[in-house]
Amino acid sequence: MSAPTYDLGKLHGGLRLQGHKTESTAMPIQQVPVPKMLAMPLTQHVGNPAQPVVAMGESVAKGQLIAASEGSLGAPVHASSSGTIVAIEPWPVSRRLGANAPCIVIECDGEDRAHPLPDLLPDFRELEPAELLRKILEGGIVGLGGAVFPTAQKLMQAATCDLRFLILNGVECEPYISCDDMLMRTYAREVLGGAQILMHALDLDLCYIGVESDKPQAIQRLGEEMAELADERIILKQVPTIYPSGGEDQLVQLVTNLEVPTGGLPSDVGCLVQNVGTATAIYDWIVGGQPLVSRITTVTGDGVSKPMNVLARIGTPIADIIKFAGGYTKQARQLIVGGPMTGKSVTTDRVPLVKATNCILVLAEAPSVGAEMPCIRCGNCADVCPVQLLPQQLFWYACADNEKQLRLHGLTDCIECGCCDLVCPSHIPLTADFRTAKARIQELADEKARAERARSRFEARNERLEKEHQERADELTRQKESAKQGGPEMIAEILKRKQQEKDDG
Amino acid sequence: MTAVITIGLLALVAGIALSYAYRSLPAQATGLVEQVNDLLPQTQCAQCGYPGCRPYAAAIVDENAPINLCPPGGDETVRNLAALLGKDAIPLAEPAAGPPGVAVVDEARCIGCGHCRDACPVDAIVGAHHLMYSVISQECTGCELCVAPCPVDCISMQDST
Repeated sequence: MSAPTYDLGKLHGGLRLQGHKTESTAMPIQQVPVPKMLAMPLTQHVGNPAQPVVAMGESVAKGQLIAASEGSLGAPVHASSSGTIVAIEPWPVSRRLGANAPCIVIECDGEDRAHPLPDLLPDFRELEPAELLRKILEGGIVGLGGAVFPTAQKLMQAATCDLRFLILNGVECEPYISCDDMLMRTYAREVLGGAQILMHALDLDLCYIGVESDKPQAIQRLGEEMAELADERIILKQVPTIYPSGGEDQLVQLVTNLEVPTGGLPSDVGCLVQNVGTATAIYDWIVGGQPLVSRITTVTGDGVSKPMNVLARIGTPIADIIKFAGGYTKQARQLIVGGPMTGKSVTTDRVPLVKATNCILVLAEAPSVGAEMPCIRCGNCADVCPVQLLPQQLFWYACADNEKQLRLHGLTDCIECGCCDLVCPSHIPLTADFRTAKARIQELADEKARAERARSRFEARNERLEKEHQERADELTRQKESAKQGGPEMIAEILKRKQQEKDDG
Repeated sequence: MTAVITIGLLALVAGIALSYAYRSLPAQATGLVEQVNDLLPQTQCAQCGYPGCRPYAAAIVDENAPINLCPPGGDETVRNLAALLGKDAIPLAEPAAGPPGVAVVDEARCIGCGHCRDACPVDAIVGAHHLMYSVISQECTGCELCVAPCPVDCISMQDST
C-alpha cells in the first residue's frame, strides 16, 4: 500500500477534543428498513427550494424525480422509496431558522420498487467534462459534509477558475461523528472512483485525500484500494487530529499550505474540496445510476442504546432511526441533529433525515455550562481561533451592534466552529452571538440592496416623467408652429374639426 | 539661522501640501446631498413633505430643513443624520410607524383605472388599462402612496413577511 504523506501546512489554533468515535464504529454499517412514511423537504440544499413535479395521490418509485431544481442554484429531490404521495405540506425539520418547512410526504408501500434506471452511460471517460457536470446536476447531489451546497454548481463555478488540486475531505474532525470513517472503510473503492470522475470532470491530474490520523482503518483500506487501482494521480495525506481541521479552508491550508483569502473560496487558490461521501454519491450516480436517495449517518451518544452507523433513506423520520438503533436509553435528554459543536438541537424526533444529516446525537445531560460572566479579555479565544480572528474584539462589537467594526474584524470569515465557546473561562456563548451578528449584517446588507434598488427605480421614474413632459411640450410647440405656418384658414379648419369631434362624442 | 531656515522650509512644504490637498481632494460640501440621501431609507413615501428621498436630502442640505421628518427611517436615521451634519439628534416629528408593509391589490375588485400606477414612486405597479393592475411586491417600498388614490379602495397594506 502507498504510505500516507506527512508534508503538511500549519493550522492556527484549533482544539484537541475527546473523540467519542469508537462507540459507533464497533459495528459495520447497518441498513435501516423502509419506514412507514418519508418526509422529503424541498430545501435540503443551499439555494432555491426545489419545485414539486408530482401531485397528491400519485404513486412514485424509488429514485423517481419528485421535485425539480429551480433557478441557478438548487438541487432536485428524488423519492427514496416507493409509495404514494399523501401530502405536500409544512413539516417539522431541523434547521437554523424556523421549525417547519414544506415537505413531500410519501406513504411507503414497503415494496421499495425501483424507478427504471436511466440508460447507463458507457464510461464516464468518454463523456465531455461539461456533459458530465450537467449529468451530476440531475443526481440531486449536494455536499454531504454538512454544508449541502449543490455539488454540480460548485463544480461549475470551480471549472471557471484555474484549478490545480482536487481535495477529498475525509477528515471528519467533529467529535462523535464517524459516518465518513465508516464510509471510507466500507466503500473505499467508490470513494476513489468518485475522485476519478471528479478529476475527469474538471480536467485535473492531482487529487489529495485528507484523512485524520485517528482513522487508521480507513487509511489502511484506502491505501489497499489505491495500490490495486494504481492511479498515481491520487495521493493520501494524513492530517493531525485537531478540531476543526476538516473545515474546507482549514483542510486546504493543511494539505497544500495555501491560505484561502478572506471572503474567497478554495478555488481562488486553485483547490476544489469535496467530501468523501459526496464523491461516493457521484460515483453511485454516474456509474450505478442511483441518485442521492440515502446516506450514511451516525447515531450515537449516551442517550442511544446501540450507537452505530446506519445507511438510511433520505426522509426517514429520526424517531425510526433511533428505534432501529435500540431506542433511547433512560438518560436521554437532548436530541441534536449534527455534531456537538455545530449541530442543531431539535425538540421533536419527527424531523426527517435530510441530505445534510451526518449525525444524530442523543446526549444524556445537556453539558453543564456555567453562568455567563463578563469578558476578562484573557485572549484564549484568539489563541484557538482557526481563522485567526479576535473573538474578544468581535464580541465587543457584536454587543455594540457596530456593523462597520464587525466587518473590519472579519466576522464574515468566522466558520462558527465553536472553539472559542469551549475555551472561554467566562462561558460566553460567542458562536451564538456571532451567528446572530452575522444574520444582522446580512439583514442590513439586504436592506441596503433593497434601498439601492428603490432609489434607482425612483430616479429612473423621475427621468422618464421628465422625458415624457419634455416630449409633450415639444409636440405642442411643433403643432403650434405648423398651425401658425398654415395661416388662419388652417386654424379655422382645426377648430372646425375639434367642434365636429365634440358634437360626435 | 538654521532654525529659521528649517521652520521656513517646513512651512513651505506644509503650504504646498495643503494647497495640493485643497485642489485635488473632494471638498466636503459637494456630494453632501448624496451622503444624506444614502442615509435615508429610500421608501420614497413623501411623508416628509418632499416628493421623495433625494428631494428631502437636497432640502436638508440647501434649505436647512429639519432632520426629523422621516418616520420610516425612525430614530436611527435621525441619529445618523445628526452625526453626519453635526446637528442635535431631535425626536421624530411624527412617531415612527411599524415595519413597512407591502401594498396588495384586490384584483377581483380592481377596475383598472391606473391611478395607483401613477402614484407609485418606484414604478412597482403594472397592469392593463381598464382591466387590472397589480403590485410587484419585491419592488414595493411600502410607502402607501397608492392606497389613497384608489377609487374603489381595493388596495391594502399587508405584512411583508
